[in-house]
Amino acid sequence: MKRTIHFTLNGAPVEAEIAPHWNLVELLQREFDLFGARESCAQGLCGCCTVLVDGTAVSGCLFLAAFADGAEVVTVEHAPDGKLDPVQEAFIACGAFQCGFCTPGFVLMARELLRLHPDPDEDEIRHYLAGNLCRCAAYPEIVAAVKLAARNMRKSD
Amino acid sequence: MAMGSGQVGRSVPRLEGAAKVTGRAEYVHNLRLPGMLHGKIVRSTVAHGRIRAIDTAAASALAGVHRVVTIADIRKVVREPFYGPAFHDQPILAADKVHYVGEPIAVVLAADPHVAEAAAQLVVADYEELPAVYDEVEAMTSAAIVHAELKPAWTFPDLKHLQGRRNTNVALDFHLRRGDAEKAFAEADHVFEHTFRTQQVLHLPLEPFVSVAEASGGADDGRLIIHTASQSPSFVRAEIARLLGWPENRVRVKVPYLGGGFGAKLYIKLEALVASLALLVRRPVKISLTMEEQFYTLTKHASTFRIKSGVKNGRITARACEVWWNGGAYADIGPRITQKSGFTAAGPYDIDNVVIDSYSLYTNLTPAGALRGFGIPQLVFAYESHTDLIARALKLDPVEFRRANILREGRPQATGTLMQDAAIEAVLDRLAARMNWGKPFDRGSGTLRRGRGIAIGFKASISPTTSIAIVNVAADGSCTLYCSTVDMGQGSDTANAQLVAEVLDIAAEQVTVVHPDTDVTPYDMATLGSRSLFHMGNAVRLAARDAREKIAALARELGLPEGSNVPVTELFQKKYKMQAGNIIGVGSYIPSYAPPDHDTGQTPNATPFWMVGAAGAEVEVDTETGHVRVTRLVNVADVGRPINPRIVETQLSGAAIMQLGFTLQEKVEIDGGQVVNASLADYKIPSFVDIPSDIQSEAVEAEQQSGPFGGKGVGESGTFAVSPAIANAIDDAVCVRLTSLPLTAETLYRALRAAQGAPLED
Repeated sequence: MKRTIHFTLNGAPVEAEIAPHWNLVELLQREFDLFGARESCAQGLCGCCTVLVDGTAVSGCLFLAAFADGAEVVTVEHAPDGKLDPVQEAFIACGAFQCGFCTPGFVLMARELLRLHPDPDEDEIRHYLAGNLCRCAAYPEIVAAVKLAARNMRKSD
Repeated sequence: MAMGSGQVGRSVPRLEGAAKVTGRAEYVHNLRLPGMLHGKIVRSTVAHGRIRAIDTAAASALAGVHRVVTIADIRKVVREPFYGPAFHDQPILAADKVHYVGEPIAVVLAADPHVAEAAAQLVVADYEELPAVYDEVEAMTSAAIVHAELKPAWTFPDLKHLQGRRNTNVALDFHLRRGDAEKAFAEADHVFEHTFRTQQVLHLPLEPFVSVAEASGGADDGRLIIHTASQSPSFVRAEIARLLGWPENRVRVKVPYLGGGFGAKLYIKLEALVASLALLVRRPVKISLTMEEQFYTLTKHASTFRIKSGVKNGRITARACEVWWNGGAYADIGPRITQKSGFTAAGPYDIDNVVIDSYSLYTNLTPAGALRGFGIPQLVFAYESHTDLIARALKLDPVEFRRANILREGRPQATGTLMQDAAIEAVLDRLAARMNWGKPFDRGSGTLRRGRGIAIGFKASISPTTSIAIVNVAADGSCTLYCSTVDMGQGSDTANAQLVAEVLDIAAEQVTVVHPDTDVTPYDMATLGSRSLFHMGNAVRLAARDAREKIAALARELGLPEGSNVPVTELFQKKYKMQAGNIIGVGSYIPSYAPPDHDTGQTPNATPFWMVGAAGAEVEVDTETGHVRVTRLVNVADVGRPINPRIVETQLSGAAIMQLGFTLQEKVEIDGGQVVNASLADYKIPSFVDIPSDIQSEAVEAEQQSGPFGGKGVGESGTFAVSPAIANAIDDAVCVRLTSLPLTAETLYRALRAAQGAPLED
């Protein structure tokens, strides 16, 4: 029942043999040792498993691995120049996480937000990130981090 | 080398920051081992019943299934397979009886987790159902007895008085008697009595429980390595060794980062099970629970609290407290919660005559344990709602009434212990100031009514407990800290590195912190109850000081003049003629403690330090729907001197937001013993849409003289007072009092209609 799929993972062409029932999180963990996307609620409600597929954020726990065939997949581990990006730097500077389990999802969503809205206000930040849960509740710090990242990205433009 | 002075009190960014924002931080979740099997737990479908048979044939026959395991198999490797920190009451898999819906009765092992999951559905158990009890007050007198005989453990010195009892659901009763309450009630101008209830809720860390075990060697030289998301690696090692009859040094427990803990991942959860399975099948075994299964593992105690106060001339002269704790099917740490929280059940007030009776009850629900506050948030909800009701009835300002009765420094608390380094007054004052309490307040109009409320609570630390730390200075001058404190997000790695750095005059960022590994890191009681910064912090400070003294001794040995300040690298070079050697500093800390008198609960030394937390809330109530919006939430706490101010603030606001969920939205719904909302779809935790836009947190200026550089614990303080502050604010807005958590729109709307004389039908 296994089949082979081909896709782009964090900028590099890859192939993988998958079972039809695997989800994207399993594919990333089992075949590529990427653990930044994590299955937590398994219902697409917490955002811990966020992955970008063809530029769109998806819940990796609800996204069948087979659908990644031919797609461009980006995970939190993607670092084209090997450095932290402004969102990651701002999360560290503002202390925008505690246990860190949900953090990759927030980082990816914050990046998407800033790509679409370079200067979001607090309501826009809250609304855009409302699908990600943080049980440690570092929510005020996450808002501060997104604002800081936005400022720094505008400065460097 | 950077100067060490100023390492404490600096907001050092978390040492593991880069690992966490890149998704590369290490969690047990990530671990896979060669030949590893995945275990899927089969769970009880009845709340209380005798197991007639478990049919594993169909599951065993499924292709890819390695083995199906029941208690009969477990007994081949563990003769007495019962564990627990207070009672040895919990079986590794159900033995003879099941005690709650969701209790593990069997495990399916397979290399493919999907196969294990499918096979688990094929296991069929047959039960003879028994009468069950779910309510903590009913459990006091119920004919349904959860355990025929109680089996106390002897692990903790302060639980030694627990005795095995029969025909009772009471796992522990704690009693406190101070003064003459009966007389004071008779002489009071007013007597008030209310009953409050809190609901069962869940820790729900986003990393669900997960453990992996690997076994090696034979019967006499066997070893076990357990990788586990645990807050208590030292306890896991000792308890697994006890179960196996092994010396502790054959069990190795390793803990990387935790994806949240909050008191869930304590004592034994999956560790005894994976250890038994690994020994049984001689292959590594991993069990990762799903989000749903967390609902069948550990909860926070539901509680009922009947509280009565006598007031004379505006002073509380007597208080009587009866508290019933719903411990679920296994005691876990419930008896300790019952006793320790019992110390402070009368609140942070100066009351001469106090009666406290606190009961830990077995019921047929998922076991309950500590959840960010060790019972204190349940108590504060009751005593601060009650205190507010008294102030309102006497037409006294809630802040002024509290001020008139507050427990001041140097005064005896209900146990007789004198208050020391507890900034209760300062916390109340700062809260009132931040709430602009003396200023006019917009009360809204029409169907949108506004109100505000405050509350304050306090907590005794768990005592006596031990922490040991090792500081290793290498020949190149770099420094490594070995300790068994678990960083589950509270920032302990960073704070401990700051303490080492402060003593050794280096930068905190230069200290490497080795994560708990019981082969390597020394004993620590556990990471719980806000104890680590104080206990481990003291041990770390002592270890660093020991290292510093040994460096000075080495300098003397080498004939260098006192205070010559030769770099440590040169000292090693001079001594060993090359870059070689170590200096090892060791620190061990246990505070003094006097156990309470069994009959009166009196003790001169109830705790090494006090935690104080207060909250203020402003709310907006829609009287047409009962919907409550918290528009402002202010948290003020005494945390001693903040070691890392930014992390302290996040701990305070994070705790308050978590408690906000327990106040307004979260509740484990149970129907006939069955949890009916065991998923994040139906059990809603706070998200960005649920939190106030105005959240403020403040650590008052304070110092814990016995703490490391004046610091003390902070993890729980933000939870204490949120629930009653909101209940008080709702009463302030619409003159309706809710006495049960959670404070949902439906309960408030029903109460509003009842107050209007037009109650809704059920």
